[in-house]
Amino acid sequence: MNDFSLVNTSQARADILSALKNYYLFITLGWQDVATRYRRSRVGAFWLTINMLVMISVLGVVFGTLFRAPVAEFLPSLTIGIIVWGLISGLINEGCGSFITAQETILQVRMPLATHILRVVWRNMIITAHNLLILPIVFLIFMKPVNYLALLSLLGLTLLIINMVWMMLILAVICTRFRDFTQIAQNAMQVLFYATPIIWHAEMLPGRYAQDLLNINPFYHLLNIVREPLLGSMPTTVNWVVSIVMAIIGWVFALAFFNRFRKRVPYWL
Amino acid sequence: MITASIELRQVEVVFPVYNAASLSLKNRLLSAVTGGKIDRQHDGAIIVKGLQDINIMINPGERVGLLGHNGAGKTTLLRVLSGIYQPTQGTAQINGECVSLINIGLGIDPEATGRENILLRGVMMGMRPSAIKAMSEEIIDFTGLGDFIDLPFRTYSTGMQLRLAFAVSTAVRPQILVMDEWLSTGDEEFKERADRRMTDVVSAAEILILASHSRELLLNNCNRLIWLEHGKIRMDGKPEEVLKQYFGH
Repeated sequence: MNDFSLVNTSQARADILSALKNYYLFITLGWQDVATRYRRSRVGAFWLTINMLVMISVLGVVFGTLFRAPVAEFLPSLTIGIIVWGLISGLINEGCGSFITAQETILQVRMPLATHILRVVWRNMIITAHNLLILPIVFLIFMKPVNYLALLSLLGLTLLIINMVWMMLILAVICTRFRDFTQIAQNAMQVLFYATPIIWHAEMLPGRYAQDLLNINPFYHLLNIVREPLLGSMPTTVNWVVSIVMAIIGWVFALAFFNRFRKRVPYWL
Repeated sequence: MITASIELRQVEVVFPVYNAASLSLKNRLLSAVTGGKIDRQHDGAIIVKGLQDINIMINPGERVGLLGHNGAGKTTLLRVLSGIYQPTQGTAQINGECVSLINIGLGIDPEATGRENILLRGVMMGMRPSAIKAMSEEIIDFTGLGDFIDLPFRTYSTGMQLRLAFAVSTAVRPQILVMDEWLSTGDEEFKERADRRMTDVVSAAEILILASHSRELLLNNCNRLIWLEHGKIRMDGKPEEVLKQYFGH
């Protein structure tokens, strides 16, 4: 058995590469998950979009009034924030159970474990694409202009996903071994929703101390690199640097971790 | 394409059997704080030796039957042989595409139509979507489902459901085929066709691994038998000899 090594991660890399090479697997399975929702009701995955629309309206009214924020500024930012957070928390919450829900498959078919993670990623991306439909509606209502910077949010989104996948790899392994860790992760995500500037603005924070505190929240940076370009402003250099550095360090660690424990996953199921 | 072969060397599989307590991180932390005193009683992460000292070399053309009483380690060995469990000790080299026909319903979504399920089940078997599309007419023909193929799977009778699962599962021709008992299904007419198709798949495979309790089945299909007892190989040899010992003792 190999021990924990940051350098020798050949098996983890082979697993992930093979999952990417057999892309049709996670794409078919991910589509299937979404299609299931449509089979049970005609509105299908749009139910989530409707939920989100209601949530945005209520939060918009309540917090818009509470913070006395100009609605035309507040709502577009809130909308993007909620949609991106929906993606982040969906990936983390469902990522935890990637292996547990695929138990039967893992114990019977030899396929890369990363396929089960990418299936969750793909499914959540499709669902987010549904939710994105809210965006033009909100932008039209408030006549919010979008400039060429918006294209940068695609880069931001890519970087976000890259970061999410390494987190999911680690979480999926831990949650398979320690089943109650899923609850811990879900609670953490709930807390982080309030600790991330989604329903509030970073500028509202009083003093430098609070600002510094915000900077240690990884999701703040990941959210900003997607949201700010859509709102027509450039994310800060700190946002970019943190997101990139986190991706590099995260992947190095996740590969080592996955390499060490990948073999054990079927035994834990 | 590489030729199929399987080589197990000094394989040992140790199972951690976790109960609710040891599956919990909270209990783990608590036991660390209390110096493991509470831990001893509740967190009995029992370790079971699933397999021990397994040395097997399987070459193309071999039809290997596995027999042994319940709990002898047949399923575990099937999983090691198909590359699902990586041995905790020793090495397992598995060359060639391997398909297991243990649960032919795996991957099927009852809400999806028969046609969609052909794709889903096919992908699970390791086929590419394009290859499945090319084969799907042949599969549908074989099931004899006709227009039912475009109705949801859950509306099928049990017999129809089995036919569909069977037809897709036997559409691939893997190099290594792993089975737990023989697949047979349906009414007399279908059973006959199914047996013929099954025989086709089995003879196309370079290596067959079949776990079974049936003497007749093992005699008819295997040219080598491995008898497992308490996770160890008790006997490995010609079917007649092993069966004589196994049923004689």
